[in-house]
Amino acid sequence: MKILVCPLNGPRPVSEFAYGGEVRRSPDPDTCSDEEWSDYVFNRSGSPGAKYEWWCHIASGFWFVVLRDTLRDAVIATFAADAVRRGLPPAGTAESAHAASPTSGKAS
Amino acid sequence: MPYRLLRFGLSHKHPEPRMFTRHDSLRAGYDVVIIGAGGHGLAAAYYLARDHGIRNVAVLEKGYIGGGNTGRNTTIIRSNYLTPEGVRFYDESVRLWQDLGTDFDLNLFYSTRGHYTLAHTDSAMRTMRWRAEVNKHYGVRSEAVDAAFVKRGIPNIDMSCGGHAPILGALFHEPGAIARHDAVAWGYGRGADRRGVEIHQQTEVTGIRVQGGRVVGVDTTRGSIATSKVLCAVAGFTPRILDMVGLRTPIYVHPLQAMVSEPVKPWLDPIIVSGSLHVYVSQTARGELVMGASLDPYEVQTTRPTLDFVESLASHMLDMFPFLGEVKVNRQWAGLADMTPDFAPIMGTTPVEGFYLDAGWGTWGFKATPVSGKTMSHTVATGRNHPLIEGFAFDRFARYRLTGEKGAASVGH
Repeated sequence: MKILVCPLNGPRPVSEFAYGGEVRRSPDPDTCSDEEWSDYVFNRSGSPGAKYEWWCHIASGFWFVVLRDTLRDAVIATFAADAVRRGLPPAGTAESAHAASPTSGKAS
Repeated sequence: MPYRLLRFGLSHKHPEPRMFTRHDSLRAGYDVVIIGAGGHGLAAAYYLARDHGIRNVAVLEKGYIGGGNTGRNTTIIRSNYLTPEGVRFYDESVRLWQDLGTDFDLNLFYSTRGHYTLAHTDSAMRTMRWRAEVNKHYGVRSEAVDAAFVKRGIPNIDMSCGGHAPILGALFHEPGAIARHDAVAWGYGRGADRRGVEIHQQTEVTGIRVQGGRVVGVDTTRGSIATSKVLCAVAGFTPRILDMVGLRTPIYVHPLQAMVSEPVKPWLDPIIVSGSLHVYVSQTARGELVMGASLDPYEVQTTRPTLDFVESLASHMLDMFPFLGEVKVNRQWAGLADMTPDFAPIMGTTPVEGFYLDAGWGTWGFKATPVSGKTMSHTVATGRNHPLIEGFAFDRFARYRLTGEKGAASVGH
């Protein structure tokens, strides 16, 4: 069974969580062009790598952010949702910066 | 031991022709380079050589022929789609399938079984009627049928599905079939090889050179090639190739798993799909049950299968067929499905001149192998999208003109 470490609930089976897609920043719909908007609505970064993702612990309804390597399916770090507002470090460099974070967990 | 076999075994020259020619090195340039020697890539190479006379073609494969999703799918062939674009396209594919074995001089074990998409709710029945009407309008044999018809066609099924998902009816698609998937790749590969196409296995593409918006060459682990036309047919690896030419698409990659049981005596003739129970199953000529389910719930880019999948699929199988309780699962595996938001592929020309895409095949690519090869070879040869693939164009997302095919996905993903 894969375990995901939730910042609120601690280590829980991954079946208790829902995946919410990559963390992405919306362009301002009032000022952006049609191309920018369709790029935001549809296009995705499909290549593997370390990505920030939204996850939800379904039982408690708690949304949080996971930095996960999608090639190895290994969690590098987890963050409470307000980290998005404060600004997340670039995913590529975050691996070393947050490897020792107390909320970091590894899917195994 | 027959004398001929003994002589063959002792000979160093291998007098018997092999399936493919092995080429020791790449040439300096090709008219067309196809990335990916799966069913789609090899089919495109085959039709380029056979129908368009373009034989100076290299098919590059980083692993081995048909080792990706061509060899990992559940081999179901059907055309009971929902949108006119989808129905016309897949129906052409079913027609091509039916005489492919003769074309190849190879037994594909193409076996027409009939295909039931079970409906467990009123809303599912409504979708089945909708699909049946669209299908009939385009001359495809599909029928919305009632529960009694299902019971006659599949006498062993538990019509209550364990009591919690009673079967109300189904969409019955008579031409639904299965085929031997490896032979499809080999047949197309051998046909292309005999017409002069070079297949290079264990040759990974490391870069695509673009100058002034046009493709000029491909870099590989075995050297560089000059070419003005590249066809990308690499399923779950598509985003990695697109990064090389700087194109963005909606494609996202989730694993799709499948499993197969030990062989049992023949008892299941048709192909059964249940969207509500997330199951599709058929019985092979060898007696194994080939079973698939929905996509894994989150993005992973490796083909490692999971126990969760086996548990949930087995439990849903037992809802329909409780007597399978003692049957063992022999193997399970995963493939990388390149999904799109509208459940239709992305095919044809791209903003990079000379770069053609055959991708977004998600969970529905095997059945389209012949027609995709045929239409992509036409597109590569002429530089213009084939009329059958206009609904699958690269720029449809930027134009907000999606081809909504989700209602016809085999299971609710």
